[in-house]
Amino acid sequence: MMENIHDLLRAHEGLTREVFLDSENSCAVPKEVVDEMLPYFNQRAYGNPTLTHKPGWEAFEAIMKSSQKIAGFLGCRTLEEVNFAPGETEANNLALAGTAYAMRSHGKKIIICDTEPINILHVVDMLQKRGFTVVKVPVDSEGLVNLGKLEEAIDSETIIVSISAVNHEIGTIEPIREALEIVKDRNTETIFHTDASDAYGRIPFNVKDLDVDLATISSCKILGPRGTGALYVKKSVPVERLLEGQIGTQNLWPGIENVPSIVGFAKASELIFHNFEGKVHHLRKLRDKLIDGITRKLPGVILNGPRDDKRAPDNVNISFRRCEGEALTIELSLNGVYVSSGSACTRRLLQPSHVLVAIGRSYVEAHGSILMKVTWNHKESDIDYVLDVIPKAVKRIREIAGSVEVK
Amino acid sequence: MSRTPLPYNPKILKLFRNPKNLGKMKDATAKAVAGNPSCGDIITLYLKINDEETIEDASFESYGCAANIATSSILTEMIKETKLEDAWKTSWKNVVKAVGGLPTVKLHCGILAVGALKRAIRVYYKSKAVSPDWLSDELTFEEKQALEEEELSDLLSKRMDDEGNVQC
Repeated sequence: MMENIHDLLRAHEGLTREVFLDSENSCAVPKEVVDEMLPYFNQRAYGNPTLTHKPGWEAFEAIMKSSQKIAGFLGCRTLEEVNFAPGETEANNLALAGTAYAMRSHGKKIIICDTEPINILHVVDMLQKRGFTVVKVPVDSEGLVNLGKLEEAIDSETIIVSISAVNHEIGTIEPIREALEIVKDRNTETIFHTDASDAYGRIPFNVKDLDVDLATISSCKILGPRGTGALYVKKSVPVERLLEGQIGTQNLWPGIENVPSIVGFAKASELIFHNFEGKVHHLRKLRDKLIDGITRKLPGVILNGPRDDKRAPDNVNISFRRCEGEALTIELSLNGVYVSSGSACTRRLLQPSHVLVAIGRSYVEAHGSILMKVTWNHKESDIDYVLDVIPKAVKRIREIAGSVEVK
Repeated sequence: MSRTPLPYNPKILKLFRNPKNLGKMKDATAKAVAGNPSCGDIITLYLKINDEETIEDASFESYGCAANIATSSILTEMIKETKLEDAWKTSWKNVVKAVGGLPTVKLHCGILAVGALKRAIRVYYKSKAVSPDWLSDELTFEEKQALEEEELSDLLSKRMDDEGNVQC
Protein backbone atom coordinates (compact mmCIF):
# COMPACT_ATOMS: atom_id res chain seq x y z
CA MET A 1 0.00 0.00 0.00
CA MET A 2 2.85 2.39 0.85
CA GLU A 3 4.36 1.81 -2.60
CA ASN A 4 1.07 2.75 -4.20
CA ILE A 5 0.98 5.98 -2.24
CA HIS A 6 4.58 6.75 -3.24
CA ASP A 7 3.67 6.19 -6.85
CA LEU A 8 0.58 8.37 -6.62
CA LEU A 9 2.73 11.12 -5.15
CA ARG A 10 5.42 10.64 -7.83
CA ALA A 11 2.70 11.15 -10.46
CA HIS A 12 2.34 14.70 -9.10
CA GLU A 13 6.02 15.57 -9.49
CA GLY A 14 6.73 18.57 -11.67
CA LEU A 15 3.56 20.47 -10.84
CA THR A 16 4.28 24.15 -11.28
CA ARG A 17 1.24 25.35 -9.41
CA GLU A 18 -0.98 23.95 -6.67
CA VAL A 19 -4.26 25.31 -5.30
CA PHE A 20 -5.83 23.71 -2.25
CA LEU A 21 -9.60 24.22 -2.19
CA ASP A 22 -10.49 21.43 0.24
CA SER A 23 -10.55 23.45 3.46
CA GLU A 24 -13.81 21.68 4.29
CA ASN A 25 -11.70 18.66 5.19
CA SER A 26 -8.42 20.11 6.47
CA CYS A 27 -6.15 23.01 5.57
CA ALA A 28 -2.66 24.39 5.18
CA VAL A 29 -1.95 26.53 8.24
CA PRO A 30 -0.65 30.02 7.32
CA LYS A 31 2.87 30.93 8.35
CA GLU A 32 1.69 33.63 10.78
CA VAL A 33 -0.23 30.97 12.71
CA VAL A 34 2.63 28.44 12.69
CA ASP A 35 5.10 31.12 13.87
CA GLU A 36 2.80 31.97 16.75
CA MET A 37 2.52 28.31 17.74
CA LEU A 38 6.16 27.22 17.49
CA PRO A 39 7.50 28.62 20.82
CA TYR A 40 4.77 26.72 22.65
CA PHE A 41 6.24 23.34 21.73
CA ASN A 42 9.53 23.73 23.55
CA GLN A 43 10.40 27.30 24.47
CA ARG A 44 7.60 28.35 26.77
CA ALA A 45 4.30 27.18 28.23
CA TYR A 46 5.17 23.52 27.59
CA GLY A 47 4.14 22.55 31.13
CA ASN A 48 0.86 21.16 32.31
CA PRO A 49 -1.37 24.18 33.06
CA THR A 50 -2.71 22.70 36.29
CA LEU A 51 0.72 22.28 37.93
CA THR A 52 2.60 24.62 40.21
CA HIS A 53 5.68 25.60 38.24
CA LYS A 54 6.64 28.27 35.75
CA PRO A 55 6.04 26.32 32.50
CA GLY A 56 2.68 25.22 33.93
CA TRP A 57 1.64 28.76 34.82
CA GLU A 58 2.77 29.91 31.39
CA ALA A 59 0.56 27.25 29.82
CA PHE A 60 -2.35 28.34 32.00
CA GLU A 61 -1.83 31.92 30.91
CA ALA A 62 -1.61 30.92 27.23
CA ILE A 63 -4.90 29.00 27.42
CA MET A 64 -6.67 31.82 29.22
CA LYS A 65 -5.40 34.43 26.76
CA SER A 66 -6.57 32.27 23.85
CA SER A 67 -9.93 31.72 25.53
CA GLN A 68 -10.25 35.45 26.01
CA LYS A 69 -9.62 36.18 22.35
CA ILE A 70 -12.07 33.55 21.12
CA ALA A 71 -14.67 34.54 23.74
CA GLY A 72 -14.38 38.08 22.42
CA PHE A 73 -14.92 37.08 18.78
CA LEU A 74 -17.87 34.85 19.74
CA GLY A 75 -19.44 37.38 22.08
CA CYS A 76 -19.31 35.19 25.21
CA ARG A 77 -20.14 36.64 28.63
CA THR A 78 -17.46 34.72 30.54
CA LEU A 79 -14.33 32.72 29.71
CA GLU A 80 -15.91 29.59 31.21
CA GLU A 81 -18.33 29.56 28.31
CA VAL A 82 -15.50 28.58 25.92
CA ASN A 83 -14.78 24.86 26.26
CA PHE A 84 -11.89 23.57 24.18
CA ALA A 85 -12.21 20.07 22.73
CA PRO A 86 -9.98 18.31 20.18
CA GLY A 87 -12.12 19.35 17.19
CA GLU A 88 -15.53 19.89 15.64
CA THR A 89 -16.35 16.18 15.88
CA GLU A 90 -15.61 16.07 19.61
CA ALA A 91 -17.40 19.36 20.31
CA ASN A 92 -20.50 18.15 18.43
CA ASN A 93 -20.44 14.83 20.30
CA LEU A 94 -20.26 16.78 23.54
CA ALA A 95 -23.09 19.09 22.50
CA LEU A 96 -25.48 16.35 21.40
CA ALA A 97 -24.64 13.34 23.57
CA GLY A 98 -23.42 15.32 26.59
CA THR A 99 -26.62 17.36 26.66
CA ALA A 100 -28.89 14.38 25.91
CA TYR A 101 -27.44 12.50 28.90
CA ALA A 102 -27.73 15.55 31.14
CA MET A 103 -31.33 16.18 30.05
CA ARG A 104 -32.59 12.57 29.92
CA SER A 105 -35.01 13.05 32.83
CA HIS A 106 -36.69 15.93 30.93
CA GLY A 107 -37.43 14.04 27.73
CA LYS A 108 -36.09 11.87 24.96
CA LYS A 109 -36.63 13.82 21.74
CA ILE A 110 -33.80 15.32 19.68
CA ILE A 111 -34.47 17.36 16.55
CA ILE A 112 -31.86 18.05 13.90
CA CYS A 113 -31.86 19.27 10.33
CA ASP A 114 -31.60 16.74 7.45
CA THR A 115 -28.40 18.29 6.18
CA GLU A 116 -26.29 18.31 9.35
CA PRO A 117 -22.70 17.08 9.09
CA ILE A 118 -21.85 13.41 9.67
CA ASN A 119 -20.46 14.24 13.12
CA ILE A 120 -24.00 15.18 14.14
CA LEU A 121 -25.90 12.56 12.11
CA HIS A 122 -23.86 9.70 13.50
CA VAL A 123 -24.11 10.97 17.08
CA VAL A 124 -27.91 11.10 16.94
CA ASP A 125 -27.96 7.65 15.29
CA MET A 126 -26.02 6.39 18.30
CA LEU A 127 -28.39 8.20 20.70
CA GLN A 128 -31.37 6.68 18.91
CA LYS A 129 -29.97 3.21 19.61
CA ARG A 130 -29.77 4.20 23.27
CA GLY A 131 -33.43 5.08 23.58
CA PHE A 132 -33.65 8.68 22.39
CA THR A 133 -36.06 9.69 19.61
CA VAL A 134 -34.63 11.58 16.64
CA VAL A 135 -36.54 13.77 14.21
CA LYS A 136 -34.84 15.10 11.08
CA VAL A 137 -36.44 18.25 9.69
CA PRO A 138 -36.31 18.57 5.88
CA VAL A 139 -34.86 21.47 3.89
CA ASP A 140 -35.92 23.19 0.67
CA SER A 141 -34.11 23.09 -2.66
CA GLU A 142 -31.58 25.69 -1.45
CA GLY A 143 -30.98 23.86 1.81
CA LEU A 144 -33.04 26.18 4.05
CA VAL A 145 -34.57 24.39 7.02
CA ASN A 146 -38.35 24.06 6.92
CA LEU A 147 -39.38 26.17 9.92
CA GLY A 148 -43.00 24.98 9.79
CA LYS A 149 -41.89 21.36 10.09
CA LEU A 150 -39.50 22.36 12.86
CA GLU A 151 -42.32 23.99 14.81
CA GLU A 152 -44.56 20.93 14.36
CA ALA A 153 -41.83 18.63 15.65
CA ILE A 154 -41.20 20.44 18.96
CA ASP A 155 -43.12 19.15 21.97
CA SER A 156 -42.73 18.90 25.74
CA GLU A 157 -40.41 15.90 25.29
CA THR A 158 -37.95 17.82 23.08
CA ILE A 159 -34.63 18.26 24.86
CA ILE A 160 -32.31 19.40 22.05
CA VAL A 161 -32.61 21.08 18.67
CA SER A 162 -29.45 21.26 16.57
CA ILE A 163 -29.22 23.21 13.32
CA SER A 164 -25.96 24.34 11.68
CA ALA A 165 -25.70 28.11 11.26
CA VAL A 166 -24.12 27.58 7.83
CA ASN A 167 -24.33 24.30 5.95
CA HIS A 168 -20.88 22.77 5.57
CA GLU A 169 -21.43 21.42 2.05
CA ILE A 170 -23.61 23.89 0.19
CA GLY A 171 -23.06 27.06 2.23
CA THR A 172 -26.72 27.78 3.03
CA ILE A 173 -26.99 30.44 5.75
CA GLU A 174 -29.74 29.07 7.97
CA PRO A 175 -32.35 31.26 9.71
CA ILE A 176 -30.94 30.47 13.15
CA ARG A 177 -32.57 33.43 14.90
CA GLU A 178 -36.04 32.49 13.64
CA ALA A 179 -35.47 28.81 14.40
CA LEU A 180 -34.36 29.64 17.92
CA GLU A 181 -37.44 31.81 18.52
CA ILE A 182 -39.74 29.04 17.32
CA VAL A 183 -38.00 26.49 19.53
CA LYS A 184 -38.11 28.62 22.69
CA ASP A 185 -41.73 29.67 22.03
CA ARG A 186 -42.78 26.03 21.90
CA ASN A 187 -40.62 24.80 24.77
CA THR A 188 -38.45 27.08 26.90
CA GLU A 189 -36.62 24.05 28.33
CA THR A 190 -35.33 22.85 24.94
CA ILE A 191 -31.59 23.35 24.49
CA PHE A 192 -30.63 24.96 21.17
CA HIS A 193 -27.29 23.95 19.64
CA THR A 194 -25.77 25.20 16.42
CA ASP A 195 -22.68 23.89 14.68
CA ALA A 196 -21.19 27.26 13.77
CA SER A 197 -17.94 25.83 12.35
CA ASP A 198 -18.79 27.21 8.92
CA ALA A 199 -20.26 30.47 10.25
CA TYR A 200 -17.42 31.55 12.56
CA GLY A 201 -15.17 33.83 10.54
CA ARG A 202 -17.51 33.96 7.50
CA ILE A 203 -20.71 35.64 8.64
CA PRO A 204 -21.44 37.81 11.70
CA PHE A 205 -22.05 35.28 14.47
CA ASN A 206 -22.46 36.37 18.07
CA VAL A 207 -23.68 33.95 20.74
CA LYS A 208 -24.86 36.66 23.13
CA ASP A 209 -26.76 38.49 20.44
CA LEU A 210 -28.37 35.27 19.13
CA ASP A 211 -28.77 33.81 22.62
CA VAL A 212 -28.09 30.22 21.55
CA ASP A 213 -27.38 27.69 24.31
CA LEU A 214 -24.57 25.77 22.64
CA ALA A 215 -22.35 26.50 19.62
CA THR A 216 -19.51 24.54 18.03
CA ILE A 217 -16.54 26.19 16.35
CA SER A 218 -13.47 24.58 14.83
CA SER A 219 -9.87 25.68 14.37
CA CYS A 220 -9.09 23.92 11.09
CA LYS A 221 -12.17 25.45 9.47
CA ILE A 222 -10.61 28.92 9.79
CA LEU A 223 -7.06 28.03 8.68
CA GLY A 224 -6.05 27.17 12.23
CA PRO A 225 -4.22 23.98 13.21
CA ARG A 226 -6.05 20.67 13.56
CA GLY A 227 -6.53 19.33 17.06
CA THR A 228 -8.70 22.09 18.49
CA GLY A 229 -12.33 23.05 18.43
CA ALA A 230 -14.52 24.63 21.04
CA LEU A 231 -18.02 24.28 22.38
CA TYR A 232 -19.65 27.45 23.61
CA VAL A 233 -21.85 26.52 26.58
CA LYS A 234 -24.11 29.23 27.94
CA LYS A 235 -24.01 29.46 31.73
CA SER A 236 -26.33 26.97 33.45
CA VAL A 237 -26.86 24.85 30.31
CA PRO A 238 -26.31 21.25 31.45
CA VAL A 239 -23.69 19.23 29.54
CA GLU A 240 -22.22 15.95 30.83
CA ARG A 241 -18.61 14.98 30.16
CA LEU A 242 -18.31 12.09 27.73
CA LEU A 243 -14.82 11.04 28.80
CA GLU A 244 -13.37 10.75 32.28
CA GLY A 245 -9.81 11.42 33.40
CA GLN A 246 -7.71 14.19 34.89
CA ILE A 247 -9.66 17.42 34.62
CA GLY A 248 -7.44 20.41 33.91
CA THR A 249 -8.53 23.84 32.77
CA GLN A 250 -11.31 22.38 30.61
CA ASN A 251 -14.19 21.14 32.67
CA LEU A 252 -15.86 19.24 29.83
CA TRP A 253 -12.79 17.60 28.28
CA PRO A 254 -10.26 15.75 30.46
CA GLY A 255 -6.60 15.25 29.65
CA ILE A 256 -3.65 17.55 29.06
CA GLU A 257 -4.52 20.59 26.99
CA ASN A 258 -3.09 20.99 23.48
CA VAL A 259 -1.60 24.42 24.16
CA PRO A 260 0.18 25.03 20.79
CA SER A 261 -3.02 24.16 18.90
CA ILE A 262 -5.20 26.33 21.18
CA VAL A 263 -2.75 29.23 20.68
CA GLY A 264 -2.91 28.62 16.92
CA PHE A 265 -6.72 28.61 16.97
CA ALA A 266 -6.72 32.00 18.71
CA LYS A 267 -4.17 33.38 16.23
CA ALA A 268 -6.15 32.08 13.24
CA SER A 269 -9.24 33.76 14.74
CA GLU A 270 -7.36 37.05 15.09
CA LEU A 271 -6.23 36.87 11.48
CA ILE A 272 -9.68 36.16 10.08
CA PHE A 273 -11.38 38.84 12.21
CA HIS A 274 -8.76 41.47 11.38
CA ASN A 275 -10.45 43.60 8.72
CA PHE A 276 -13.31 41.07 8.76
CA GLU A 277 -15.46 42.95 6.26
CA GLY A 278 -12.55 43.21 3.86
CA LYS A 279 -11.90 39.47 4.20
CA VAL A 280 -15.53 38.60 3.56
CA HIS A 281 -15.56 40.87 0.52
CA HIS A 282 -12.43 39.11 -0.79
CA LEU A 283 -13.97 35.66 -0.20
CA ARG A 284 -17.18 36.63 -2.00
CA LYS A 285 -15.24 37.97 -4.94
CA LEU A 286 -13.23 34.75 -5.30
CA ARG A 287 -16.32 32.59 -4.72
CA ASP A 288 -18.31 34.36 -7.43
CA LYS A 289 -15.36 34.38 -9.83
CA LEU A 290 -15.13 30.61 -9.41
CA ILE A 291 -18.88 30.00 -9.73
CA ASP A 292 -19.31 32.35 -12.71
CA GLY A 293 -16.15 31.10 -14.40
CA ILE A 294 -17.24 27.47 -14.24
CA THR A 295 -20.87 28.05 -15.17
CA ARG A 296 -19.86 30.26 -18.13
CA LYS A 297 -17.13 27.99 -19.43
CA LEU A 298 -18.91 24.65 -19.16
CA PRO A 299 -22.28 23.28 -20.24
CA GLY A 300 -24.18 20.87 -17.99
CA VAL A 301 -23.27 22.34 -14.62
CA ILE A 302 -25.55 23.10 -11.65
CA LEU A 303 -24.74 25.24 -8.62
CA ASN A 304 -25.78 23.47 -5.42
CA GLY A 305 -27.11 25.78 -2.71
CA PRO A 306 -28.21 29.42 -2.80
CA ARG A 307 -26.49 32.43 -4.36
CA ASP A 308 -25.24 35.82 -3.23
CA ASP A 309 -25.99 36.90 0.36
CA LYS A 310 -27.88 33.71 1.14
CA ARG A 311 -24.68 31.71 0.64
CA ALA A 312 -21.54 31.52 2.82
CA PRO A 313 -18.88 33.75 1.21
CA ASP A 314 -16.38 30.86 0.85
CA ASN A 315 -18.51 28.00 -0.46
CA VAL A 316 -18.64 26.69 -4.03
CA ASN A 317 -20.44 23.41 -4.71
CA ILE A 318 -21.10 22.45 -8.31
CA SER A 319 -22.49 19.34 -9.99
CA PHE A 320 -21.07 18.44 -13.39
CA ARG A 321 -23.45 16.36 -15.46
CA ARG A 322 -21.95 13.26 -17.15
CA CYS A 323 -18.80 13.61 -15.07
CA GLU A 324 -18.13 11.21 -12.21
CA GLY A 325 -16.82 13.02 -9.15
CA GLU A 326 -14.12 10.67 -7.92
CA ALA A 327 -12.48 10.45 -11.32
CA LEU A 328 -12.66 14.25 -11.52
CA THR A 329 -10.97 14.75 -8.12
CA ILE A 330 -8.07 12.54 -9.26
CA GLU A 331 -7.74 14.28 -12.62
CA LEU A 332 -7.77 17.67 -10.86
CA SER A 333 -5.22 16.48 -8.31
CA LEU A 334 -2.84 15.40 -11.08
CA ASN A 335 -3.10 19.02 -12.26
CA GLY A 336 -2.53 20.54 -8.82
CA VAL A 337 -6.11 21.44 -7.90
CA TYR A 338 -7.30 19.78 -4.70
CA VAL A 339 -11.02 19.43 -4.07
CA SER A 340 -13.47 16.89 -2.64
CA SER A 341 -16.53 15.28 -4.16
CA GLY A 342 -20.00 14.23 -3.03
CA SER A 343 -19.66 11.05 -5.07
CA ALA A 344 -20.45 7.78 -3.34
CA CYS A 345 -17.71 6.22 -5.40
CA THR A 346 -15.11 7.26 -2.91
CA ARG A 347 -16.70 5.30 -0.09
CA ARG A 348 -18.75 2.58 -1.73
CA LEU A 349 -21.90 2.88 0.32
CA LEU A 350 -23.66 3.33 -3.02
CA GLN A 351 -24.95 6.56 -1.52
CA PRO A 352 -23.76 10.01 -2.44
CA SER A 353 -23.75 13.15 -0.25
CA HIS A 354 -26.85 13.20 1.99
CA VAL A 355 -26.91 17.01 1.77
CA LEU A 356 -27.24 17.01 -2.03
CA VAL A 357 -29.88 14.27 -1.87
CA ALA A 358 -31.78 16.32 0.76
CA ILE A 359 -32.00 19.37 -1.55
CA GLY A 360 -33.42 17.16 -4.29
CA ARG A 361 -30.38 16.44 -6.44
CA SER A 362 -30.49 13.11 -8.26
CA TYR A 363 -27.90 10.51 -7.37
CA VAL A 364 -26.11 11.20 -10.64
CA GLU A 365 -25.98 14.94 -9.93
CA ALA A 366 -24.60 14.21 -6.47
CA HIS A 367 -21.98 11.78 -7.86
CA GLY A 368 -20.78 14.50 -10.20
CA SER A 369 -20.42 17.16 -7.51
CA ILE A 370 -17.32 19.02 -6.40
CA LEU A 371 -16.98 21.00 -3.16
CA MET A 372 -14.51 23.90 -3.03
CA LYS A 373 -13.89 26.47 -0.34
CA VAL A 374 -11.95 29.65 -0.94
CA THR A 375 -9.95 31.17 1.93
CA TRP A 376 -8.64 34.64 2.69
CA ASN A 377 -5.14 33.64 1.61
CA HIS A 378 -6.18 32.59 -1.90
CA LYS A 379 -5.37 35.08 -4.63
CA GLU A 380 -7.32 35.88 -7.78
CA SER A 381 -4.57 34.26 -9.79
CA ASP A 382 -5.22 30.99 -7.91
CA ILE A 383 -8.80 31.07 -9.13
CA ASP A 384 -7.59 31.88 -12.67
CA TYR A 385 -5.46 28.74 -12.55
CA VAL A 386 -8.37 26.63 -11.25
CA LEU A 387 -10.60 28.02 -14.00
CA ASP A 388 -7.99 26.95 -16.53
CA VAL A 389 -7.68 23.42 -15.14
CA ILE A 390 -11.32 22.49 -14.37
CA PRO A 391 -12.81 22.74 -17.90
CA LYS A 392 -10.01 20.57 -19.35
CA ALA A 393 -10.41 17.98 -16.58
CA VAL A 394 -14.20 17.86 -16.93
CA LYS A 395 -13.87 17.53 -20.69
CA ARG A 396 -11.51 14.57 -20.36
CA ILE A 397 -13.66 12.72 -17.81
CA ARG A 398 -16.75 13.37 -19.96
CA GLU A 399 -14.95 11.95 -22.98
CA ILE A 400 -14.36 8.69 -21.10
CA ALA A 401 -18.12 8.45 -20.45
CA GLY A 402 -18.67 9.00 -24.18
CA SER A 403 -22.14 7.85 -25.16
CA VAL A 404 -22.90 5.96 -21.93
CA GLU A 405 -26.44 6.75 -20.93
CA VAL A 406 -26.22 8.72 -17.70
CA LYS A 407 -29.54 9.88 -16.31
CA MET B 1 -17.69 13.27 1.30
CA SER B 2 -15.01 10.68 0.90
CA ARG B 3 -13.22 9.45 3.97
CA THR B 4 -11.70 6.20 2.71
CA PRO B 5 -8.12 6.41 1.50
CA LEU B 6 -7.84 4.85 -1.93
CA PRO B 7 -4.24 3.99 -2.63
CA TYR B 8 -4.57 3.16 -6.31
CA ASN B 9 -1.57 1.31 -7.69
CA PRO B 10 0.63 2.53 -10.58
CA LYS B 11 -1.13 0.41 -13.20
CA ILE B 12 -4.56 1.81 -12.34
CA LEU B 13 -3.22 5.34 -12.36
CA LYS B 14 -1.57 4.74 -15.74
CA LEU B 15 -4.75 3.32 -17.27
CA PHE B 16 -6.78 6.15 -15.76
CA ARG B 17 -4.48 8.69 -17.40
CA ASN B 18 -4.21 6.87 -20.70
CA PRO B 19 -7.04 4.40 -21.11
CA LYS B 20 -6.64 1.85 -23.89
CA ASN B 21 -9.45 1.05 -26.32
CA LEU B 22 -11.59 3.96 -25.20
CA GLY B 23 -14.63 5.03 -27.16
CA LYS B 24 -17.77 3.97 -28.92
CA MET B 25 -17.32 1.30 -31.63
CA LYS B 26 -19.48 2.07 -34.64
CA ASP B 27 -19.26 -1.38 -36.25
CA ALA B 28 -19.58 -3.44 -33.05
CA THR B 29 -21.06 -6.93 -33.37
CA ALA B 30 -22.23 -6.94 -29.76
CA LYS B 31 -22.63 -4.31 -27.07
CA ALA B 32 -23.61 -4.56 -23.41
CA VAL B 33 -24.03 -2.25 -20.45
CA ALA B 34 -23.38 -3.02 -16.78
CA GLY B 35 -23.90 -0.89 -13.70
CA ASN B 36 -26.14 1.98 -12.91
CA PRO B 37 -25.27 5.67 -12.96
CA SER B 38 -27.18 6.08 -9.68
CA CYS B 39 -24.51 4.10 -7.89
CA GLY B 40 -21.78 5.99 -9.68
CA ASP B 41 -20.49 3.33 -12.06
CA ILE B 42 -21.69 2.27 -15.48
CA ILE B 43 -19.79 0.91 -18.44
CA THR B 44 -20.61 0.08 -22.03
CA LEU B 45 -18.52 -2.65 -23.62
CA TYR B 46 -18.29 -3.03 -27.41
CA LEU B 47 -17.09 -6.23 -29.16
CA LYS B 48 -16.27 -6.89 -32.79
CA ILE B 49 -16.54 -10.63 -33.33
CA ASN B 50 -15.56 -12.41 -36.55
CA ASP B 51 -16.96 -15.56 -38.12
CA GLU B 52 -14.43 -17.70 -36.27
CA GLU B 53 -16.01 -16.47 -33.02
CA THR B 54 -12.87 -14.54 -32.15
CA ILE B 55 -12.97 -11.07 -30.60
CA GLU B 56 -11.19 -8.93 -33.19
CA ASP B 57 -11.63 -5.69 -31.37
CA ALA B 58 -12.99 -4.46 -28.04
CA SER B 59 -13.61 -1.00 -26.65
CA PHE B 60 -15.40 0.66 -23.76
CA GLU B 61 -16.93 3.83 -22.40
CA SER B 62 -17.22 4.44 -18.68
CA TYR B 63 -19.04 6.79 -16.36
CA GLY B 64 -17.26 5.92 -13.16
CA CYS B 65 -14.29 6.15 -10.87
CA ALA B 66 -10.64 5.56 -11.71
CA ALA B 67 -10.90 1.86 -10.82
CA ASN B 68 -13.87 1.45 -13.12
CA ILE B 69 -12.01 3.07 -16.01
CA ALA B 70 -8.86 1.01 -15.40
CA THR B 71 -10.59 -2.38 -15.07
CA SER B 72 -12.69 -1.78 -18.20
CA SER B 73 -9.62 -0.71 -20.10
CA ILE B 74 -7.52 -3.73 -19.11
CA LEU B 75 -10.37 -6.12 -19.83
CA THR B 76 -10.57 -4.90 -23.43
CA GLU B 77 -6.84 -5.62 -23.78
CA MET B 78 -7.18 -9.08 -22.21
CA ILE B 79 -9.94 -10.30 -24.50
CA LYS B 80 -8.68 -9.03 -27.85
CA GLU B 81 -7.74 -11.86 -30.22
CA THR B 82 -9.35 -14.47 -27.96
CA LYS B 83 -12.04 -16.97 -28.84
CA LEU B 84 -15.42 -16.25 -27.26
CA GLU B 85 -15.25 -19.56 -25.42
CA ASP B 86 -12.00 -18.49 -23.76
CA ALA B 87 -13.21 -14.94 -23.11
CA TRP B 88 -16.25 -16.44 -21.37
CA LYS B 89 -13.89 -18.04 -18.84
CA THR B 90 -12.57 -14.66 -17.73
CA SER B 91 -13.20 -14.16 -14.04
CA TRP B 92 -13.33 -10.84 -12.20
CA LYS B 93 -10.36 -12.17 -10.26
CA ASN B 94 -8.27 -12.26 -13.47
CA VAL B 95 -9.11 -8.62 -14.11
CA VAL B 96 -8.30 -7.52 -10.57
CA LYS B 97 -5.00 -9.40 -10.80
CA ALA B 98 -4.22 -7.85 -14.18
CA VAL B 99 -4.58 -4.30 -12.81
CA GLY B 100 -2.30 -5.20 -9.93
CA GLY B 101 -5.00 -5.42 -7.27
CA LEU B 102 -7.83 -3.13 -6.16
CA PRO B 103 -8.84 -1.63 -2.83
CA THR B 104 -11.57 -3.89 -1.38
CA VAL B 105 -14.28 -1.26 -1.85
CA LYS B 106 -13.42 -1.17 -5.56
CA LEU B 107 -13.52 -4.91 -6.31
CA HIS B 108 -17.01 -4.49 -7.68
CA CYS B 109 -15.57 -2.39 -10.54
CA GLY B 110 -13.75 -5.47 -11.84
CA ILE B 111 -16.92 -7.49 -11.40
CA LEU B 112 -18.98 -4.96 -13.41
CA ALA B 113 -16.49 -5.00 -16.29
CA VAL B 114 -16.60 -8.81 -16.56
CA GLY B 115 -20.39 -8.71 -16.10
CA ALA B 116 -20.60 -6.48 -19.18
CA LEU B 117 -18.35 -8.89 -21.14
CA LYS B 118 -20.54 -11.88 -20.32
CA ARG B 119 -23.68 -9.97 -21.21
CA ALA B 120 -22.13 -8.95 -24.54
CA ILE B 121 -21.25 -12.57 -25.34
CA ARG B 122 -24.86 -13.57 -24.64
CA VAL B 123 -26.08 -10.70 -26.84
CA TYR B 124 -23.91 -12.03 -29.68
CA TYR B 125 -25.24 -15.59 -29.51
CA LYS B 126 -28.80 -14.39 -29.10
CA SER B 127 -28.46 -12.40 -32.30
CA LYS B 128 -27.12 -15.52 -34.03
CA ALA B 129 -29.86 -17.64 -32.43
CA VAL B 130 -27.36 -20.26 -31.37
CA SER B 131 -26.29 -21.45 -27.97
CA PRO B 132 -22.96 -23.27 -27.64
CA ASP B 133 -22.66 -25.99 -24.97
CA TRP B 134 -20.29 -23.96 -22.83
CA LEU B 135 -22.68 -20.99 -22.54
CA SER B 136 -24.57 -21.71 -19.32
CA ASP B 137 -28.20 -20.59 -18.99
CA GLU B 138 -27.60 -19.74 -15.39
CA LEU B 139 -26.17 -16.26 -14.81
CA THR B 140 -22.47 -16.15 -13.96
CA PHE B 141 -21.26 -14.67 -10.68
CA GLU B 142 -20.36 -11.38 -12.36
CA GLU B 143 -23.73 -11.06 -14.11
CA LYS B 144 -25.56 -11.76 -10.84
CA GLN B 145 -23.47 -9.20 -8.98
CA ALA B 146 -23.99 -6.58 -11.68
CA LEU B 147 -27.73 -7.20 -11.55
CA GLU B 148 -27.73 -6.96 -7.78
CA GLU B 149 -25.89 -3.64 -7.85
CA GLU B 150 -28.25 -2.27 -10.51
CA GLU B 151 -31.32 -3.35 -8.52
CA LEU B 152 -29.91 -2.04 -5.27
CA SER B 153 -29.36 1.43 -6.60
CA ASP B 154 -32.80 1.42 -8.22
CA LEU B 155 -34.21 0.52 -4.83
CA LEU B 156 -32.25 3.25 -3.08
CA SER B 157 -33.36 5.87 -5.60
CA LYS B 158 -36.99 4.76 -5.25
CA ARG B 159 -36.84 4.81 -1.48
CA MET B 160 -35.44 8.31 -1.70
CA ASP B 161 -38.38 9.39 -3.90
CA ASP B 162 -41.02 7.83 -1.64
CA GLU B 163 -39.81 9.10 1.67
CA GLY B 164 -37.81 12.11 0.66
CA ASN B 165 -34.75 10.81 2.42
CA VAL B 166 -32.28 7.97 2.23
CA GLN B 167 -32.23 5.02 4.55
CA CYS B 168 -28.92 3.26 5.13
